[in-house]
Amino acid sequence: MALFTYETKKDTRSGFGAGMEYLSVNNPKVVALCADLIGSLKLEAFIKNSPERFFQTGIAEANMIGLAAGLSIGGYVPFATTFANFGTGRVYDQIRQSVAYSGKNVKIACSHAGLTLGEDGATHQILEDIGLMKMLPGMVVINPCDYNQTKAATIAAAAFDGPVYLRFGRPVVPVFTPENQVFEIGKALHLIEGSDVSIFATGHLVWEAIIAAEILLEKGIHAEVINIHTIKPLDTKAIHDSVAKTGCLVSAEEHQINGGLGDSIAQYLALNMPTPQEFVGVNDSFGESGKPADLMEKYGLNAQSIVDKAMKVIARKKA
Amino acid sequence: MQTTELQKVASQVRRDILRQVHGCQSGHPGGSLGCTDLLVELYFNSMNLKSDATGKVEFHMDGLNEDVFFLSNGHISPLLYSVLARRGYFPVAELASFRKLNTRLQGHPTPHEHLEGIRIASGSLGQGLSVAIGVAQAKKLNGDPSTVYCLMGDGEQNEGQVWEAAMYAPHHNVNNLIAFIDENGQQIDGPTEKVMNNLDLEAKYKAFGWQVLRVDGNDMAALTAIIQKAKSLFMNNKPVMVIMKTEMGAGVDFMMHSHKWHGVAPNDEQLDAALGQLEETLGDY
Repeated sequence: MALFTYETKKDTRSGFGAGMEYLSVNNPKVVALCADLIGSLKLEAFIKNSPERFFQTGIAEANMIGLAAGLSIGGYVPFATTFANFGTGRVYDQIRQSVAYSGKNVKIACSHAGLTLGEDGATHQILEDIGLMKMLPGMVVINPCDYNQTKAATIAAAAFDGPVYLRFGRPVVPVFTPENQVFEIGKALHLIEGSDVSIFATGHLVWEAIIAAEILLEKGIHAEVINIHTIKPLDTKAIHDSVAKTGCLVSAEEHQINGGLGDSIAQYLALNMPTPQEFVGVNDSFGESGKPADLMEKYGLNAQSIVDKAMKVIARKKA
Repeated sequence: MQTTELQKVASQVRRDILRQVHGCQSGHPGGSLGCTDLLVELYFNSMNLKSDATGKVEFHMDGLNEDVFFLSNGHISPLLYSVLARRGYFPVAELASFRKLNTRLQGHPTPHEHLEGIRIASGSLGQGLSVAIGVAQAKKLNGDPSTVYCLMGDGEQNEGQVWEAAMYAPHHNVNNLIAFIDENGQQIDGPTEKVMNNLDLEAKYKAFGWQVLRVDGNDMAALTAIIQKAKSLFMNNKPVMVIMKTEMGAGVDFMMHSHKWHGVAPNDEQLDAALGQLEETLGDY
């Protein structure tokens, strides 16, 4: 039984490109920086529309973060863009001192996050970026699930006053959220109502969670699926209300279990409502080369894995 | 301001530096004393700063239509704090809180505590030049003709990010930026030539496309002249780097010619001896 349908598949990075294209026309304060990856970040339209507001930094990400901090001082809203590995871990201290501690209105917008980067392998497949960014005081962390949501998140990030980490990916994935949606930072989205188990998913795993709910429904299990597109600030009310109803949960993300979405949820629940939880994520391991779908299967980041964890956590709840 | 007046301000600022560092028995007096003349020259003479109708300076984070300065080697914070306070950004009395709990005058400068005059955090080295370039490019987008200044240390030149920024600014024709390197020849583990030899910084920056000048950083009149000269070079469409030879600990004889006072506070007798060499020109806080 299909609970959600889609007509096309697109990459979330193209959603970012579309958001930047919109901002090139509609927000004259937005500027973009890129470290030699214009095509990968889908910035062509932004550059065509507003070449004077684009800064090519070359393969020099540390400098890019400092430049972005400086541009924000001068009243602009800079989007510093590259692959997620080079835009977070490589330049952690620059983000920490010049952006987060300095309270600068800088958007760090990164593509190719996670395993689905594919064949390039573990050097590029960062699985620690959400953790790194969410640990920084004041940093907002957003991981949208499809093309339309990434476009909306990009526009919302520009309107928000403060540092934001916006994370998206490389492969095409189903486009199932509404076109021209309004993106509310920090507001979780209920996709499927259910009473037996809550599935909190982010990014590419949201679609997998929907498929998992369909499989579970065939087994007579009613799973609730919630899209946590904002990992920080976390919508704790949505989590609380859902778990109060279902009594158990699965978190799902294309990220290390250590430091990811599931860990944020667990921390909240441990203090407020201790609840059986299972984690779908990478378990303290690096990735490797391969096709995205094969990697997601090998590392247990697909719908079947969510189903298995859901069955397990429901059994723990009843025990 | 005349050179002699600037020198009087510098004498007071040096007293402030020593008294701040003595007050918390912590901080970096050596480099602060060495760069005092440059910061006094900039803030009391060359920089065009926003002020109200009475002439009192006003702080605006965006620095629009005024000259702005970025301190990349943030450990010489007692110097920056003294100059900002003496210039009127915040009360001079606040210098007494340097590095103490709940202060806005953190060990290294930060806008996190909303201290007027500070636009970026620095301390982790190598980041300030990138920020200054970003501000310079924002000024160009804003049609703002004013100048961006930046100061780095010579030990700081070890940091890779400095050279990323060095490559970027000439490539993008950032011709509203004057950066300074405090060439005092010392870093924590000893002389720069022993720890990590910078060799010929002038040749290095020239090869990256900068216009490079040299000055004696403890000669007030020479500093005034070199800043004017640097501005005249903007017409060539490239940024300017001024390599500034300074003496660490300048103004206090027993603190000079050594890196011993990089990060060491004077005790009571040492403070008295040092203050005895520096005229109190504007009144101690």
